[in-house]
Amino acid sequence: MAMIEEPLYPIAVLIDELKNEDIQLRLNSIRRLSTIARALGDERTRKELIPFLSENNDDDDEVLLAMAEELGVFIPYVGGVEYANVLLPPLETLCTVEETCVRDKAVESLCRIGAQMREQDLVEYFIPLVKRLAAGEWFTARVSSCGLFHIAYSSAPETLKTELRTIYSQLCQDDMPMVRRSAATNLGKFAATVEPAHLKTDIMSIFEDLTQDDQDSVRLLAVEGCAALGKLLEPQECVAHILPVIVSFSQDKSWRVRYMVANQLYELCEAVGPEPTRSDLVPSYVRLLRDNEAEVRIAAAGKVTKFCRILNPELSIQHILPCVKELSTDSSQHVRSALASVIMGMAPVLGKDATIEQLLPIFLSLLKDEFPDVRLNIISKLDQVNQVIGIDLLSQSLLPAIVELAEDRHWRVRLAIIEYIPLLASQLGVGFFDDKLGALCMQWLKDKVYSIRDAAANNVKRLAEEFGPEWAMQHIIPQVLDMTNNSHYLYRMTILHAISLLAPVMGPEITCSKLLPVVINASKDRVPNIKFNVAKVLQSLIPIVDQSVVEKTIRPCLVELSEDPDVDVRFFANQALQSSDQVMMST
Amino acid sequence: MNGGDEVVAAPVGPPQPLEWKFSQVFGERTAGEEVQEVDIISAIEFDKTGDHLATGDRGGRVVLFERTDTKDHGSSRRDLERTDYPIGRHPEFRYKTEFQSHEPEFDYLKSLEIEEKINKIRWCQTANGALFLLSTNDKTIKFWKVQEKKIKKISCMNLDPLKAVGNGSVASSSNSVCSKSYLANGGCPDKSSNDFSFPPGGIPSLRLPMVVTTHETNLMARCRRVYAHAHDYHINSISNNSDGETFISADDLRINLWNLEISSQSFNIVDVKPANMEDLTEVITSAEFHPTHCNTLAYSSSKGSIRLIDLRQSALCDSHAKLFEEQEAPGSRSFFTEIIASISDIKFGQDGRYILSRDYMTLKLWDINMDSGPVSTFQVHEYLRPKLCDLYENDSIFDKFECCLSGDGLRVATGSYSNLFRVFGCAPGTTEATTLEASKNPMRRQVQTPSRPSRSLSSITRVVRRGAENPGVDANGNSFDFTTKLLHLAWHPTEHSIACAAANSLYMYYA
Repeated sequence: MAMIEEPLYPIAVLIDELKNEDIQLRLNSIRRLSTIARALGDERTRKELIPFLSENNDDDDEVLLAMAEELGVFIPYVGGVEYANVLLPPLETLCTVEETCVRDKAVESLCRIGAQMREQDLVEYFIPLVKRLAAGEWFTARVSSCGLFHIAYSSAPETLKTELRTIYSQLCQDDMPMVRRSAATNLGKFAATVEPAHLKTDIMSIFEDLTQDDQDSVRLLAVEGCAALGKLLEPQECVAHILPVIVSFSQDKSWRVRYMVANQLYELCEAVGPEPTRSDLVPSYVRLLRDNEAEVRIAAAGKVTKFCRILNPELSIQHILPCVKELSTDSSQHVRSALASVIMGMAPVLGKDATIEQLLPIFLSLLKDEFPDVRLNIISKLDQVNQVIGIDLLSQSLLPAIVELAEDRHWRVRLAIIEYIPLLASQLGVGFFDDKLGALCMQWLKDKVYSIRDAAANNVKRLAEEFGPEWAMQHIIPQVLDMTNNSHYLYRMTILHAISLLAPVMGPEITCSKLLPVVINASKDRVPNIKFNVAKVLQSLIPIVDQSVVEKTIRPCLVELSEDPDVDVRFFANQALQSSDQVMMST
Repeated sequence: MNGGDEVVAAPVGPPQPLEWKFSQVFGERTAGEEVQEVDIISAIEFDKTGDHLATGDRGGRVVLFERTDTKDHGSSRRDLERTDYPIGRHPEFRYKTEFQSHEPEFDYLKSLEIEEKINKIRWCQTANGALFLLSTNDKTIKFWKVQEKKIKKISCMNLDPLKAVGNGSVASSSNSVCSKSYLANGGCPDKSSNDFSFPPGGIPSLRLPMVVTTHETNLMARCRRVYAHAHDYHINSISNNSDGETFISADDLRINLWNLEISSQSFNIVDVKPANMEDLTEVITSAEFHPTHCNTLAYSSSKGSIRLIDLRQSALCDSHAKLFEEQEAPGSRSFFTEIIASISDIKFGQDGRYILSRDYMTLKLWDINMDSGPVSTFQVHEYLRPKLCDLYENDSIFDKFECCLSGDGLRVATGSYSNLFRVFGCAPGTTEATTLEASKNPMRRQVQTPSRPSRSLSSITRVVRRGAENPGVDANGNSFDFTTKLLHLAWHPTEHSIACAAANSLYMYYA
């Protein structure tokens, strides 16, 4: 053994470390399993490496997870598809471990391998594996088996198909809720491979059992099954079998099931088609919008727009709009917030008249909501409002809302509204902005909270981009520069930050004439933090301004700072000087 | 005990009173040995099959016991031969393993010491022969997996010049030294191995390590998940849901719902914290899921009420579906009324129909279909009523006794002072009420008890059953030892076997 040749050392180490004490080394070896396999060659990989892995599966979960993943792409290393079956035994044992993520990965890898296997190999190796897992003593094996049926089924001969369907239906009635949950989750995939004739009989009866399970956690998974099965069935079948289930789910005793219906509503509507939706699901949806449980209303409110798109305007106005009105004054702020985030999308569905008549009052009341999230959600969709009703109608109510948010005592709310200011500016136009919002933007630069000042500086830059340098020269620069004499150094620092952001937008001329003198002046500040920030800002200005300005103004100032008593100031000044040297050299 | 009342009762049909016998003791104290605080048992729990028993102690340790009599016959034969009537084997346990579940901690934000004491243990679904359980202290719940691992030895490494082939005892340390030294000299193996072009048949000189499985096994306890930072107050209960994926944890004011697989978030489902803490009048003392209905859970309060809630109704279950409480008799109110009404423990019966509750003076059995009052009340501490003042002075009145039901739901048991525990029959017509001592001779106390008014008293009413059951104990001066209290006990899920904790000792009895 000691005779390993020099170039083989790395691979030899890698192999040895498959069994190292240190989990990191084992993990590393498993991750490079393909290298090991190539070094051993196809045949020894099949005959030695894979059995070795099958036997050594009591490792830590991290290692097993990695192994499950690697084996999924291992077909090329065992000699191609005709040998793919040798990969099944190690994955089969991984399908039985207790850790869910390992099992899921093993199932995923088995599906991936099964999808490439030859049909006779599937019958000979894969289907027996599925059957073994489904009959496993521990629930873990049975849970895993549910995810493999859709791969096994289509290539099975007729008798085996019948057996597989029977086994699946047994899994759906397993004693363990975990197994039933897994069966419910995978039912859609399995059903997609089953022939239409059996779909209507076997699968539908399995599905009906699941919809009546006494474990809420199983029933709510069956809700997703409705959408999946609905897509597979003929429209009339769907109306006959799926629709009643959806309707009864929407009145389930458990709010979690109703929540799932509300959450999946759009998919469910798609499954049953627009006509049955209009005739049968509207009452269900209205009930969900008026549910006792706030969580259900939140989910339902979030789907209002999507649902109305399926309906026609008359039905929407007649049935949905009254609920929306109620929801806009809901006792739960989260419901109102969910509604506010989607309500604007209803405008195009309802058309201009209905929007102005019905939707606008709701919209305005949400804009005055006591809860900031609700207002913010409305404002964030302002562009959609603008398209339908125009800003004039809104501006009266909009402005107080914005001002109030801008002064909210929670800094996160202020931060959120600052981020919408450029959007508002573009929608409202220069005139409106100058009158009302300009002052606010300046006020934020003097906020108590750093994040707000930081965002405000960024905001000033984005406004300058939006309205152009000329506008900025009039409405931003003087106000900003005014603040350089603030008595608090943190505010002076904010201004320096704003200048460094504005300079690229404003261009060299304005920078030299207006901004640079302020910065140079700040280099005389008594606070070292200001001074080293001056050095940083000057460094950022070097590429913008003309070389002569650098020579005449910036460098002398930096040289002076580089002799400052403060070590940090000297450091940043020297850094800036170095970078100016580099700029000079390159030009 | 074996007085006339059974003879009267027998023809009517209720089950015969059980005759309890000592089975086993673990951690028995020798005379004069002082009990270490950390060794005191603070939680006992059988698993669902009854094949395993777990105890937790104040030192944060969890000790597991496994049943031996079902696996082999050798150990119990001796007992079988000794007993002179044909009783089947009774559960016998042996020490399996132990592990340190919790360590003392310090919450720096709140300047609070967090004790390592195990408050509750709950078993989870077994899988692949591994045992799973939840243990909790005041703040943190942990999910443990205990598994037998075969000890494996590795040989035949590629790089191991020091060892001969087939030696079978290659120390892995030498391997790592070897590989590390290589890494140091030769750089990263990952990089160079990519440059290889391997011959199509592979490299024959490379070999895989050989793993030799020995017959020795090693029990490993691994903490799989830690559910932390969800409780502002002390956790008093944890309980698994029948759906196998969720559990609850309850503290004084809130109950949280967790998914076993997700330790980063939990949902608050009950919150009794008033907006103003000065308005606080009632705290949660215990909570448990219904054994089969995944959406039903019960919690008890310090005011003596039990609330049943339906998780289907809403996300935050502040309004209960059912309320069980007993109206206090008018005029009986005293300073202690509220303190002794506080429920220290509730347990569902296995069929989920009945809830057993323990307050300071009594055990009460409730039918979940009858919220007008308890089905039966068993007096446990009635004889202490005159002494409530002393008990209040020395804080004993706040002791939290647990209670348990037998698997068939026909009997209930709870602990008391002087290392005594009491078993009551609750089938209609029975008058069974036994007092046992957690010692090798459980019936010792019985002998001293003069069998005086028991017959007449017990026949008066089902509710007040043998109030002062043990006046003898009362009479003799040494009996009320408030320091030796039997707080924790558990009934085997399928057989008549009780495990109870007296300080640091675990006593097991069977009938």
